[in-house]
Amino acid sequence: MALDLAAHLKALCAVPGLPGYEQPVAALLRAAWGPLTASLGQDRLGSLWATRPGSGLAPRRRLMLAAHMDAIGLMVASLQGDFLRVTHLGDLDLRVLPGQLVTVHAAGGDLPGVLALPPAHLLPRAHREGFPPVAELLVDTGLPAERVGALVRPGDLVSFAQPPRELLNGAFTARGLDNRASLAALTVCLEALQARDHAWDVIAVATVREEPPGGYPGAAASAYSLEPHLAIVLDVTFGQDANTREFGYRVFPLGGGPVLGLGPNLHPGLHAALRAAADAEEIPYTVEVMTGNSSTDATAIQVAREGIPTMLVSIPLRNMHTPVEVVALKDITRAGRLVAEFAARLGPDSLAALALD
Amino acid sequence: MPRAAPARRKRRAAAQPDYTLLADLANAAAISGDEGAVRRLVLDAIRPHVDDVRVDTLGNVLAVKRAAPRTRRPLRFMLAAHMDEVGLMVVDHDSDGSLRFEVVGGVSERGLLGQPVLVGARRLPGVIGVAPVHLLGEERRRQTVKASQMRIDIGAGSQDAARRLVPPGERAAFATEFLAQAGVLRGKALDDRLGCAALVALLQAGPYPVELHAAFTVQEEVGLRGARVAAYAIDPAAGLALDTTPAADLPGSRDRENTRYNARLGAGPVIYVADGHTVSDRRLVDHLIRVAERAGLPYQLRQPTAGGTDAAAIQRARGGVPVAALSTPARYLHTPAALARAADWENTLRLAQAALEQFTPQVLKR
Repeated sequence: MALDLAAHLKALCAVPGLPGYEQPVAALLRAAWGPLTASLGQDRLGSLWATRPGSGLAPRRRLMLAAHMDAIGLMVASLQGDFLRVTHLGDLDLRVLPGQLVTVHAAGGDLPGVLALPPAHLLPRAHREGFPPVAELLVDTGLPAERVGALVRPGDLVSFAQPPRELLNGAFTARGLDNRASLAALTVCLEALQARDHAWDVIAVATVREEPPGGYPGAAASAYSLEPHLAIVLDVTFGQDANTREFGYRVFPLGGGPVLGLGPNLHPGLHAALRAAADAEEIPYTVEVMTGNSSTDATAIQVAREGIPTMLVSIPLRNMHTPVEVVALKDITRAGRLVAEFAARLGPDSLAALALD
Repeated sequence: MPRAAPARRKRRAAAQPDYTLLADLANAAAISGDEGAVRRLVLDAIRPHVDDVRVDTLGNVLAVKRAAPRTRRPLRFMLAAHMDEVGLMVVDHDSDGSLRFEVVGGVSERGLLGQPVLVGARRLPGVIGVAPVHLLGEERRRQTVKASQMRIDIGAGSQDAARRLVPPGERAAFATEFLAQAGVLRGKALDDRLGCAALVALLQAGPYPVELHAAFTVQEEVGLRGARVAAYAIDPAAGLALDTTPAADLPGSRDRENTRYNARLGAGPVIYVADGHTVSDRRLVDHLIRVAERAGLPYQLRQPTAGGTDAAAIQRARGGVPVAALSTPARYLHTPAALARAADWENTLRLAQAALEQFTPQVLKR
């Protein structure tokens, strides 16, 4: 059955999945990936593994395809009368926070709320202009203090609550498209591989806890445990639009196909192999030069164990880290097809071909 | 089969809050000057319950409910609720197909970035985007952006397509879907759909000992323009605006006491003594207080600060009209998502109904 990509992505974006609390996403992926793979498992930190065994002779080589499940959000820090003070999980854009719809995930059930910027006269003088830090904002459920006190506790998660929406020409907006868009691309890839012969084992990994600072523990643990011979990370990168034109080469057109990373964090031979696969399949792509680490799961996977050749395939995304991220559906399809094509091309000599000298 | 004896009729039927209608009203888009969607909902809801209804040249809905039989020399009493809401208006198109806009009414620029909107009569989804924080320096991450720098992205792809789909002059409304849960109402445009829904409920109930002239007004948010012509046409003996008022009852930073809260959520209907435009007629204020206390309804007096309602325009009509305003307190008005309490709204409706039922020419006696 052909995948309804928009519906799949809507479902993935409709559930919360904050860093360390990715299970709602994992549950959806189990249902989507189960029929496309031979085995499913979750590691100790919660990352989901879905394995398609290759057709080659055992012991087979393993290709890890990784995309993170978590999305930025907030957490209740303290209660103040009718209101909640919050802290952030991941790097939030302060400019988009006032007036956002949120959901407080309390133990007794979800509470709808609003992220409120207090009027200027209630803010410290230094924060009356511009956008104040998260600590000055309040989450308001509209409930009176006694109800709030009975229902909400510090540590409860707060997620953005705008529903996904389809824009014109295959553009799609939702919170959490970073990185649910890439998880949907992995679904496209697994489905494409159903019809293809591939010699290597292909392991799709939905990792936990990519967004908060402090390394990439989800990706690192999975890379250690799975011990893949090669890894491709799927993530999002900066999309081109009216607001990002000034950033020139650092932003990429929506609808221009996947973006192939190039730099020290990524294996040059793998980069070339993905370009070759894209050229062969006539999949358009652009190239993103990354001078340092890529600030993705690839940062950790490359240096797992004794080192893993790693590549980064990105989907251009507008308004990153806001509740109205935007992607082009066809970029997701192309990223998935590209990775599937690359996986199907892997043979017994592929690893040797990647030797640097 | 014998007919059951008809239940004894209550002398007065309570006006019924209709949350389905409130949701439809809040979700409909009616940026000032383009109130058609709300007007249609209002007309459908009130037609069977009024003695006369018309739409005037500006788009106001003017309905009449005649006084209860045997009322001696009933006064013409005007009740106004505005149909329009603040929002955005498309003014131009960029080469990449993104939409330039200006705000209509008092919309804070600090609440626009990262918001989804519905554009034009076809309600095309769009978003007000931002450059990613990752690419901005520390300073720009906190800087406000002017609305003139913002764009709406509908995915049009080209200037021609954008211009064809959304010509200049189309409105864009916030995309927030109305939600009522656990006694809390969350939605866009609660200012003043709460008033509209209450006024509909008042017309569905009644009659009252006054000739009730209901005005569902246009263009309140751009200068009380609808109420002005409505009040002229109605020529009422007294007027009351049914509106919402900002509950700015948030805690101060570092626990400083907030003494400028305007009104409080959960403290009941808000009676205006004075605002930035109007000193309410004290006889009407006292009538509202007396009625509330007699009925055991909660109420609060709004802190006399800036702001205004249709009452200001009604007061200035013809030879002058005694007016007051009665509001439901709500937080975050003029933003994409306001919050109100169902109890405050229902009590506002009850107080308005009781004030009508107990209104006699005696109230205006000096």
